[in-house]
Amino acid sequence: MSDPMPVLMPALPAPLGLAGLAVLLALLSGLGALPAGRWPWLLRGFSLPLLGLAGLVALGAGLGALGTGQAETATLPLGLPWLPWQLRLDALSGWFLLIIGLVTAAVGLYGPAYVRSLERGQGSLATLGVCSGLFVAGMLLVVLAADAFLFMIAWELMSLSSYFLVAFQHEQAASRRAAFLYLLMAHIGGLAILLGFGVLSAFGGGFAFTAMGGADLSPTWATIAFGLAFVGFGMKAGLVPLHAWLPESHPAAPSHISALMSAVMLKVAVYGFVRVVFDLIGTPHWPWGVVLIIIGGGAAVLGALYALVQTDLKRLLAYSSVENLGVIFLGLGLALLFLSADLPVLGALALVAALYHALNHALFKGLLFLGTGAILHSTHERDLEQMGGLLRRMPWTGLFFLIGVLSIAGLPPFNGFASEWLLFQAALQSWQLESGVLRSLVPIAAAALALTAALVAVTFVKVFGIAFLGQARSRHVRRARRAPLGMRAALGLLAVLCIAFGVLPSVVLGLLDQVTLLLLGVRLPQATAHGWLWLTPVSPDTASYSAPLVVLLLLGIAGLTLVLFKSLLNPPGARQRQRRCDPWDCGFAAPTPAMQASAGGFVQPLRRVFAPTFMLTELLLIRDDGSHRWLVRVADRAWGWLYLPVVRLLEQVARRVVRLQSGNVRVYLGWTLATLVVLLWIIT
Amino acid sequence: MNMAELSLLQQSVVLLAALVLFLSFVLLAQARLVSAIHAFAWQGALIAAVTAVVALIQGAHHLYVSALLTLVLKALLIPWMLHRLVRRLALERHRETIARPALVASGAVALVIFSWWLVLPIIADKLGFTRNIIAVSLAVVLIGLLMMVSRAQAVAQVLGFMSMENGLFLAAVSATGGMPLVVELGVAFDVLVAMVLFGVFFLQISDSIDSLDVDRLNRLREADAAADPGVGGVADPDDGGATETGARDPNRTLGADVTVPASRSAGEARP
Amino acid sequence: MSSSLTLLGWLLALLQALLYLALAPLLVGWVRLVKARLQGRRGPSPLQPYRDLRKLFNKDTRVAHTASPLFIIAPYLVLVATWLAAATVPLLALELPTAVIADLIVLAGLLALGRVFLALAGMDVGTAFGGFGASREMLVSALAEPAMLMAAFTLAMTAHSTNLSSVMATHLAEGLVVRPSYLFAFAALVLVAIAETGRLPVDNPATHLELTMTHEAMLLEYSGRHLALMEWAAQLKLLLYAVLIANVFVPWGIATTLTLGALLLALVAILTKLVLLGAALGLAETLFAKLRLFRVPNLLNLALLLGLLGLLSHVILEVGA
Repeated sequence: MSDPMPVLMPALPAPLGLAGLAVLLALLSGLGALPAGRWPWLLRGFSLPLLGLAGLVALGAGLGALGTGQAETATLPLGLPWLPWQLRLDALSGWFLLIIGLVTAAVGLYGPAYVRSLERGQGSLATLGVCSGLFVAGMLLVVLAADAFLFMIAWELMSLSSYFLVAFQHEQAASRRAAFLYLLMAHIGGLAILLGFGVLSAFGGGFAFTAMGGADLSPTWATIAFGLAFVGFGMKAGLVPLHAWLPESHPAAPSHISALMSAVMLKVAVYGFVRVVFDLIGTPHWPWGVVLIIIGGGAAVLGALYALVQTDLKRLLAYSSVENLGVIFLGLGLALLFLSADLPVLGALALVAALYHALNHALFKGLLFLGTGAILHSTHERDLEQMGGLLRRMPWTGLFFLIGVLSIAGLPPFNGFASEWLLFQAALQSWQLESGVLRSLVPIAAAALALTAALVAVTFVKVFGIAFLGQARSRHVRRARRAPLGMRAALGLLAVLCIAFGVLPSVVLGLLDQVTLLLLGVRLPQATAHGWLWLTPVSPDTASYSAPLVVLLLLGIAGLTLVLFKSLLNPPGARQRQRRCDPWDCGFAAPTPAMQASAGGFVQPLRRVFAPTFMLTELLLIRDDGSHRWLVRVADRAWGWLYLPVVRLLEQVARRVVRLQSGNVRVYLGWTLATLVVLLWIIT
Repeated sequence: MNMAELSLLQQSVVLLAALVLFLSFVLLAQARLVSAIHAFAWQGALIAAVTAVVALIQGAHHLYVSALLTLVLKALLIPWMLHRLVRRLALERHRETIARPALVASGAVALVIFSWWLVLPIIADKLGFTRNIIAVSLAVVLIGLLMMVSRAQAVAQVLGFMSMENGLFLAAVSATGGMPLVVELGVAFDVLVAMVLFGVFFLQISDSIDSLDVDRLNRLREADAAADPGVGGVADPDDGGATETGARDPNRTLGADVTVPASRSAGEARP
Repeated sequence: MSSSLTLLGWLLALLQALLYLALAPLLVGWVRLVKARLQGRRGPSPLQPYRDLRKLFNKDTRVAHTASPLFIIAPYLVLVATWLAAATVPLLALELPTAVIADLIVLAGLLALGRVFLALAGMDVGTAFGGFGASREMLVSALAEPAMLMAAFTLAMTAHSTNLSSVMATHLAEGLVVRPSYLFAFAALVLVAIAETGRLPVDNPATHLELTMTHEAMLLEYSGRHLALMEWAAQLKLLLYAVLIANVFVPWGIATTLTLGALLLALVAILTKLVLLGAALGLAETLFAKLRLFRVPNLLNLALLLGLLGLLSHVILEVGA
């Protein structure tokens, strides 16, 4: 591929410098929001635009790193005396900087108009601004860190600042509970990651990634390190069955922060996993791939099913994130499987598909969360059951949202399809595997992926159909205002990117070449063998897809159809008229909004087909006046299977431990003394 | 192995074996007893066809006899006896409610993969094109057992048992070109006797507890005969066994769901 | 691949696409005729669908007050997506450029694109029937799509390619090989086709105004040329599936070289196959009654199971250790 990057690059400063600038800008944006409690305009006039600028700079740094393919390192005069912080920007970091940068830039464009409505609320604007800045800075630093110490500090910075963002509306009990759960999960995950780094550094003899990468691990210890990384990063990424915190916490934050969390922070977890497993641990074993494929496939199907039955738009999107992260991890599992079977090119294909999907998910999930924010801004409503007919009130938001819907549903020629297509192609190469059992397992995983894609299509037909089409189901939705210009611009930006990355997959593959070259030492030789127009991941005979030509033909055929019908089929004299009339609806009574399918009713057939998956409570209430209400509550099974037993266990332990707390200061001092003695004994 | 290198007859053996496996799945999922018996008959006929084709390929004349024997016994006689039994017990319109059908079907798929994994190291090259069929026959045996586990209806359990026997027979034909004729005759006789015994037992069971739901055999314990409606997640506690016509089928139409007059709780609420 | 990207190739691809459009109503007319004869009626001429389309194109178009612009765009999009999907399925010749720009998975994606807009159009006016229809259509598609892709994977694993023309070419080169996986994939694809094109026993194409309708419920608010476009798209979809099944499983006759004789032979061959398939469909629709909506998932689960068994029998029986 001949991309314009090398031509542009000499004019720009070194990518790592740019990345550092982005971190500084994000920190400055947080700092600038400190007095926002007194002067609210600071947040929208200074802090958020600066955040957007940080995003743009990070984007530039990422593109630079991907373009040159050179890794740059720097050592900061910070940190512990014997362990200065090290930064490193290579192609993998560059790819994730690109993801962070794109969405952050859109959020910076979107935020000012959105936070205006928060100015009248009870939440502290200073907290919002400061934590947003720290949050983005933390994410950027995670991607740039080149030693475990800085990585963990940045990771905790990201987790803690996002905790305050989740707790932004802390006057609501549900918000507080979600935030607490989030903090708890983030720390259990952080602990697992820390232990994983501990294993690696024990064998590698240092906390720097370069030392860890050289560690010579026995298969057992490698598997332990893999397991710890999987649990730690998987928990952050919301993999089933550790996902239950995610749909609680992401929707609790303000919408632009939800977008950042769902679209970007989950990708940072993917980054951490790829960095540790593909870069640091090195040689993979096939059971890892199988575990990832099974868990990823399960997460994809279950996430899609739970997203299907939600009626709260933000919760629905959060569950859909669980689904997409499952798809990404499935791709990573395929990559591990192929690598362990010594098929590096196919491994590269699966890895490329997973990373491509990470970018795509960031774009369309960012778009959908921001679009939901726009709806929330205009109607103060996030319950689908109250919406309807928004397309006529908010045409631009509706159009951009539709593009997001088509992208996430994996329809050609949008971006979600391109990455899923690559994933299918990778899965279909499983016939090259040695083991027959794996050969039959992988296509079944692909079938799970197909089921997921179909369920997602249903989910988002429901979302768009209920929210934007039909008639308004409540008064405040009927009076929805247009979204402000800044919001629409941000949505439009993301929508255009969704189309662009869908139509030009070969450009993306060209960018990702450097990543696979870095991690696996190979590139996809055939991917763009026939020029940018054609995508031929394995070989031209195996499969080819030309998104530009599909678009061209779609448009061409549409034009042809129009011409055909306008000229040929109409007799010259006949004049076609199009008149407006009342809806027919089979001639029954004039349809009212209440007669439309509801969000719950739309998916009722599928809910019934997949009933064993959910904890369903269905109640028919009959009031005294004879009116009926049908109540459906869907709860997550993960609560009953995993979380509640753990909570009960913790409570029991806590009840035992509480006996220590007698209230007597001297008893506490006694414990302190005993601990001190024991510790000293251990150390010597 | 490349399919295209095999002769047409050998290809058809593979095809027939695959169909035998398919019929095992049909048996597993078929809720109507009569249709399940038909599926079993077809499975027997296919086994007979496999035997006949193998006989043709290998020129083994005694296999023609076993093919004929299988056809008469498995495809005609036993299904006819079962059919008669079902009619005498007035179970023609019986539909069993299969608990968790998706889980059972995925279990069966897992068993297929598992049996292949088991067979992989032990199959010898000299078996030629039939070696992979052994995996299929093992899967048929295991699925038959799974059917006996997942079904509560005694006749369905017998079908599971008989299809296990089908699997064993397929393995014998495909691996060694059939057992000696004496053994085969003995087995066939055993199966026939077993069938007769089953029939007698069913009539007795049906007479004494008015049902063929094996979960209800627990109630032969004297103490809680009236209280225990059966265990094992079978969703048909008051199955009369005789007149089940699908009226109690949980699949109602869309409209009917909205007018359920009482509360229906399918699990506990979230805390 | 590049050999097919010639001007002649593109011209033939265009011809083939137009042929799809032209033949689609005829297949529906033929199926209706067969059904009528089997049921002891005389039935309309097989050309009747053309007359219906022409009539609809000449009628006034009515659009509900509550409809959004999507309602007016949707018919065009649905037809165009279906048409493009059809154009990628080799009808007369292999190795046409349209078969290269999109493979089996893109084909499924294009059909899904059309379906999504169809469902959205059904929900747009905000009537009770439209929502019902869209909900049911999505139910059927959610279960049918995995089955279809399983069948497609089975074919692709045999041919080591997801390109339809490669799949057919592999089959042609092998000659007649009895593959159990093909049999299962065939059965699965037939079931999927029946469900996706809304034929009996999943949906009754002959009724309006029935509480159980699926496809028609989404089209209730359409009239005039919009309705014509939607109907044409549905006919095109039926033809697409018929050609897919006919040419993948019985590819003989399709032109492998772009000569006039070969193309004419291919035309005769595909017409023969379609006549037979249409007659079979008419016979099946006469024999079977419509299933209740909540029985349809069982049918589609059967299709999924068949796809799965096709895959497993390919891996276990045909490739082996």
